[in-house]
Amino acid sequence: MKRYFLEVSVALALGAVLLALAVFAPAFYQPQPLLSLAAREAPTLVVACGMALVIICRHIDISLGAQFSVCSVCAGLLASMHWPLVLVLPASILLGAIFGAINGALVAGLGLPSIVVTLATMATWRESLRWWREGVWVDLPDGLQWFGLSQFAGQWTLILVALTLLAALALAMRHLAAGRFIYAVGSDTEAARLAGIRPQRVTFGVFVLAGALAGLAAMMNVIQSPQVDPNSGTGLELKTIAAVVVGGVAISGGRGNLWGAFAGLLLLACVGPALTHLHVEPYWDKAIQGAVILLAVVADGLRRRRKHSNCR
Amino acid sequence: MTFQGGFLGLSVKRETSMSPLLRLDSVTKSFGAVRALKGVSFDLRPGEVHALVGENGAGKSTLIKIITGAHPPDSGAIEIAGAPVRHLNPAAARQLRIACIYQQPALFADLTVAEAIALRLEPPGGLRRVIWSERHARAVQLLSQIGARISPDTEVSQLSAPEQQLVEITCALGGGARILILDEPTASLTRKEAELLFALVRHLRSTGVGIIYISHRLEEIFTLADRVTVLRDGVSLGTRIAGELDETALIKLMIGRDVSQLYPPAEGEPGETALSLRDVGCAAGGVHHVSLDIRAGEILGLAGLVGAGRTELARALFGITPADSGEVRRSGERVDIQSPQKAIACGIAYVPEDRRRHGVILEMPIAANITLAAHSRLFPAAWLRLGVEQSVACEMMRNLDVRASGPDAPARSLSGGNQQKVALARWLATQPKVLILDEPTQGVDVGAKSEIHRILRRLAGAGMAVLMISSDLPEILGMSDRIAVMRGGTIAAMLPGRASAHEVMAAALGQPATGL
Repeated sequence: MKRYFLEVSVALALGAVLLALAVFAPAFYQPQPLLSLAAREAPTLVVACGMALVIICRHIDISLGAQFSVCSVCAGLLASMHWPLVLVLPASILLGAIFGAINGALVAGLGLPSIVVTLATMATWRESLRWWREGVWVDLPDGLQWFGLSQFAGQWTLILVALTLLAALALAMRHLAAGRFIYAVGSDTEAARLAGIRPQRVTFGVFVLAGALAGLAAMMNVIQSPQVDPNSGTGLELKTIAAVVVGGVAISGGRGNLWGAFAGLLLLACVGPALTHLHVEPYWDKAIQGAVILLAVVADGLRRRRKHSNCR
Repeated sequence: MTFQGGFLGLSVKRETSMSPLLRLDSVTKSFGAVRALKGVSFDLRPGEVHALVGENGAGKSTLIKIITGAHPPDSGAIEIAGAPVRHLNPAAARQLRIACIYQQPALFADLTVAEAIALRLEPPGGLRRVIWSERHARAVQLLSQIGARISPDTEVSQLSAPEQQLVEITCALGGGARILILDEPTASLTRKEAELLFALVRHLRSTGVGIIYISHRLEEIFTLADRVTVLRDGVSLGTRIAGELDETALIKLMIGRDVSQLYPPAEGEPGETALSLRDVGCAAGGVHHVSLDIRAGEILGLAGLVGAGRTELARALFGITPADSGEVRRSGERVDIQSPQKAIACGIAYVPEDRRRHGVILEMPIAANITLAAHSRLFPAAWLRLGVEQSVACEMMRNLDVRASGPDAPARSLSGGNQQKVALARWLATQPKVLILDEPTQGVDVGAKSEIHRILRRLAGAGMAVLMISSDLPEILGMSDRIAVMRGGTIAAMLPGRASAHEVMAAALGQPATGL
């Protein structure tokens, strides 16, 4: 209980919000809008999983949103060239993995700070996309939306894919040596090296995985609408970083888990609709999200200070 | 680095009264359960060099930190120039003209010398106007006062270690220091550079500065010091006139116990050679021509001064900075250890020094820490079976008597001695044949220390080859079956386990062991 204090407090906060909604705005619980909300957030959850791994490894990848945008547009273009879905999906994931590999090579191979590297790659991908496509939306062929299924089945498929992935990654973090290594490297790179771990490989792998997940998430977003919006990934990096940090993953690395990030994302995702249902101006959405993030970071900072003063 | 003749214009007044500059009265300090100082009294007079000696962990650094205001004492009184001082903190200590120069210069590498001096001496205040010509002129004046030929426009990173030390001393004196603490100032200096430093210290003494001098090199203490205070296990054994002591007496005071009774006896005869080095060198670590045999079942102590290349040798053997010359044989078979993974595969384990930073991963549970290096042995299918992990961890914790609330407690929550046992357990889980330990009991309290000693003896008894690096002379003498002494990056002497403290010291310092 004490070990998972942060995760539990996020879950409690989420419970409180849901309870408040049930009392003051029961309309929030209508099945259809709720299902749409969940399907809309499913790709965000996939990206948040990647972001969580990167942050646990004591790095950050702010280019994930830009990778998402480029992958969306490329996937859309391939689909409009009548590539079948079974080829477009792996292509999108591969493209994301390549973007991740570029970040990983610069961060792990050359030892550059990830915030600078990914800031640069973010601007590069995003501005290249703007120059190349000039903001044009890509029309998708008919059969692609919801994988050709009904909207109801499509939405459930996306939600299940995202949840399965979350569970698989959470299990891997706990039961694979590689997961341990990510925690070890994020906690103390030099100590990890002395324990026989290769920190550079671990870091590289994490960036590649985060990129691949962004590619998959892009595809999960593309099939939700008849057109691809080239700006669909804007702000995604902030939203996922926020979810991860609110979910109790330490920005200083080595601590936290994916279930916490999941709870953090649910909490942030509920804020917007909750405001609408409570008849608050929706403009407050971002400000409240920001306040929630600040609260989470301050709580973590206080916890850390107390811990340190205990040690000395 | 040269000094000009005469130290002109140094404006420190010669104090006439002989009342002490500094007096500590029964100062105590504990860190958690560890009592670092158990009522230490100490005084410093103007115009003297007062040496502070003791083994590692005797409380020297704690005492210094209390004088510089870095730690508040738990009880006891501090008097500076006759006036009692309460609530000493680093800023107040500076105002009281106390300056400390640490072993490693603590200057900002990217600043110029003039800026570095200004940073220490100019009043704080972010919006103050900087008059560069004044700043520059003052740096020139101060540097010339101590006779240092250093341009104020040089970047600190361009200076050699002794030059940086001069800049530190310049800062201290520019601030009008009357109490100057030198903590192992010669650790990174050559003999010639050290002589220049001694000349400066003697000069400062003649101007009335009180100097607290800490060094492991006992001969320096006899050349420089007027009085000597010996600390042992947080207790002062009294202050003596340096001229009335000799080196043997001083070492006896420092160690002060019958070494043979404190350490577990060796069991059995050592077996065959487990690790053999021939002319091993590692240019990056400054290690060269090391030839050494470590046999199964023996503890080989590796002694030497800080900077003699012991840690560097260990890091080369473990593949962190791989050896680039010579040959290494494991049980007779030639091996090329290019990475820690390779070393682990060869049955070599390395428990690093500075356990808080590198020995354990503080955020991780104890169980995860213990299995971290042994994943490939414990979980060949790459799937971590948490039940197996728990039972391995529990068994290790029982064998090594790790005191913790359970295997899931984070390593951070443990005491230093228990963290060190977890670090040791991690490597024992790899079932090594050769165990290298770097300062295994540094910063560990006395009880845990002798437990670790018993564990090491038991491991050697079970046929492990143990290479133990230690700066703790009694530990080296008490634990080792043989002692290798390093100096200047290579083995200076191989001594039997019965060697005397004096022989080890003499070999470490490069002096002939005469007179005993």
